[in-house]
Amino acid sequence: MRTPHHHTLTVLVENRSGVLARVSGLFARRGFNIQSLAVAPTDDERFSRITIVVDVRETDPEQITKQLFKLVNVVKITELSPADAVERELLLCTVAADADTRGRVLELVRVFDGGIVDVGWNEISVMLAGEPSKLDDFEDLVRPYGITELQRTGRVALPRVERQAPRLRTTGKAS
Amino acid sequence: MNLTGAQALIKSLEMERTEVVFGLPGGCILPAYDPLLDSTIRHILVRHEQGAGHMAEGYAHVTGRPGVAMVTSGPAATNLVTPLCDAYMDSVPMVAITGQVARSAIGTDAFQECDTVGITRSVTKHNELVMDPEELPLIVRQAFHLATTGRPGPVLIDVPKDVLTARIDWWWPTDDELLASLPGYRPTVKGHPRMVREAARLIAAAERPVIYAGGGILKARAAEALAELAELTGTPVVTTLMARGAFPDGHQLNLGMPGMHGNYTAITAMQEADLLIALGARFDDRVTGRVDGFAPDARIIHVDIDPAELGKVRRPDVPIVGDCRQVIGEVVRAVRALLDGGEVTLPDRTPWRSRISGWQERYPLHYDPPVEGDALKPQFVMEALRDSAPEGTILASGVGQHQMWASQYWRFSEPYTWVNSGGLGTMGFSVPAAIGAKVGRPDRTVWAVDGDGCFQMTAQELVTASSERIPIKVAILNNAYLGMVRQWQEMFYDERYSEVYLSPDLPDYVKWAEAMGCVALRVEDPDEVQPAIDKANAVDDRPVVIDFRTDAREKVFPMVPAGAANGDVVVHPSQATATRKVVQ
Repeated sequence: MRTPHHHTLTVLVENRSGVLARVSGLFARRGFNIQSLAVAPTDDERFSRITIVVDVRETDPEQITKQLFKLVNVVKITELSPADAVERELLLCTVAADADTRGRVLELVRVFDGGIVDVGWNEISVMLAGEPSKLDDFEDLVRPYGITELQRTGRVALPRVERQAPRLRTTGKAS
Repeated sequence: MNLTGAQALIKSLEMERTEVVFGLPGGCILPAYDPLLDSTIRHILVRHEQGAGHMAEGYAHVTGRPGVAMVTSGPAATNLVTPLCDAYMDSVPMVAITGQVARSAIGTDAFQECDTVGITRSVTKHNELVMDPEELPLIVRQAFHLATTGRPGPVLIDVPKDVLTARIDWWWPTDDELLASLPGYRPTVKGHPRMVREAARLIAAAERPVIYAGGGILKARAAEALAELAELTGTPVVTTLMARGAFPDGHQLNLGMPGMHGNYTAITAMQEADLLIALGARFDDRVTGRVDGFAPDARIIHVDIDPAELGKVRRPDVPIVGDCRQVIGEVVRAVRALLDGGEVTLPDRTPWRSRISGWQERYPLHYDPPVEGDALKPQFVMEALRDSAPEGTILASGVGQHQMWASQYWRFSEPYTWVNSGGLGTMGFSVPAAIGAKVGRPDRTVWAVDGDGCFQMTAQELVTASSERIPIKVAILNNAYLGMVRQWQEMFYDERYSEVYLSPDLPDYVKWAEAMGCVALRVEDPDEVQPAIDKANAVDDRPVVIDFRTDAREKVFPMVPAGAANGDVVVHPSQATATRKVVQ
């Protein structure tokens, strides 16, 4: 079970070779522990986004952020506490599912809004996207049936959007 | 204009107004050495690549301009790792250029191939492997910009051989193109106005303030601003090992160097202060001693251009990110506004000043004068060197006891006259660094104070100095030991001396120095000290080496033992009284 003692850093970096090595090298050099790390291109091909989950009990997130920002290729860092963020993660797993258990496994997948991505004689492969804690729950519940393969992507996050509606403007652009 | 990569590289260095490159050619960097023949840039051929790196640092220390080192791939690049790390730790602006195997050979374990950017990633401010020849001018311009702005530091450019031989259309990036190419690099220069006002308020209210001046003062060229702040507010100043010269030692507000071997007053004033104004300093463990016992009653104003330094060791009450010269100027104006507005008057600091002068009187720097039959006292040699030094002399040192005596006994009167390895503590720094300093300031006398252990690590660069006619002067305080290690073994390992004895005359330093083209002298007797120094100061056409045979029993005092708090400073045994324990 993931604890809530994590912060998520979304780090916008220049899309150049060696940047991931700089980031991971910095974490190793300064003794910062990473819970998960995900890298993906952004809508602008010049930049990539690295989503890093760190345990704030072990390391001061402020110091991590400041050290990261010293890397020349790091353009922007957003630090998100769980309360400020929408977080999602993807899980793929292959579960033993013979004639006796298949129905119960499929039922679990349905309850968790997952999908079946592959079906074999005695096993099925399942995809599930959602909040990391939900994936934890699914993992716990499906484990007794026998997990043969499991991969998780590590979380990605976005800041929560503004809830308060702006005051209605009488002039200006309609949008 | 169509150029080879090599021509573009050299032209880029010229565009950055590079006067001198310290280097040594080899296979992969060979193409770059050909257009160098046609360039106005002076090249100094070193005997070992580490020497090139330290020379570039020495040059940068005294000129404030980035030192440039150029070497080949593989072992040459790895030989450069120590100076890069040294420059990184001490924020020295430096641009290193290394050759690399051809792009198609990268990753194949080719001859003299190594992963230079991988190896140097954690010891450079930034590094770049040039894969596109067209990018070469931009990468050089970026390197100089990164090395000299924000918190300065070393930047390495790794250039594959076939990039040097490729042809490109010459271009030179504009300022806008440079900035656009570094979207993540915008150092904060100006202090936050609210924090500046808060700092001024604390300074105006403090009863026992101390300015803790670090190397950042020199990097920001803020010595004048520092003096203005100190004098306006009557605040005493301590200058760390990295900041020696940033505030004149002769100034009545200067308390000298704090730290493990700082003087008693500097250490104690920081410890007893109610306000520490840390300017371009980083609360290094050699300054703070045990952190949780450091300056327990002090509030902290911390000014640094590197945001990561604020709160890294000690959480400041007023953190200010910005350039030291700029921010100090802003603080001075804010303090003035407070005082002129009549809102506040400075508290009476007479009691604080009298406590400070009490410590100064009671615990000045001290060594016991020699008795008949004693070997030369190293402190006596330092005093003689200091008193005979022509005005504006630049002092370089290695690392160890001699470094501490140099910093303690020299009287610095102006900035950029002290060249030393602080953060990394690199033995062997002084000879090549002094050469680089002399190249940067040929008008100045440059003395290197060295230990016999240090000297043996990089002495070969005296061949460089002789052949290039760079007349530095080297004083070896030869006590035949790795002196600082010996001191720790004496004090903390029950005088069990393990692997610290070196021998006073193996090598024979005089013969060795003469073989390297230097004037060489040996001094064993106090009476010979002054004539030897006078003779050395008179030589100006070649390097001079003096082998001072010094007393191995001398230890550096005061000393805050490792792991102790600064309140437990150990003074010289002759100064210790019943009320002070000699060894904690």
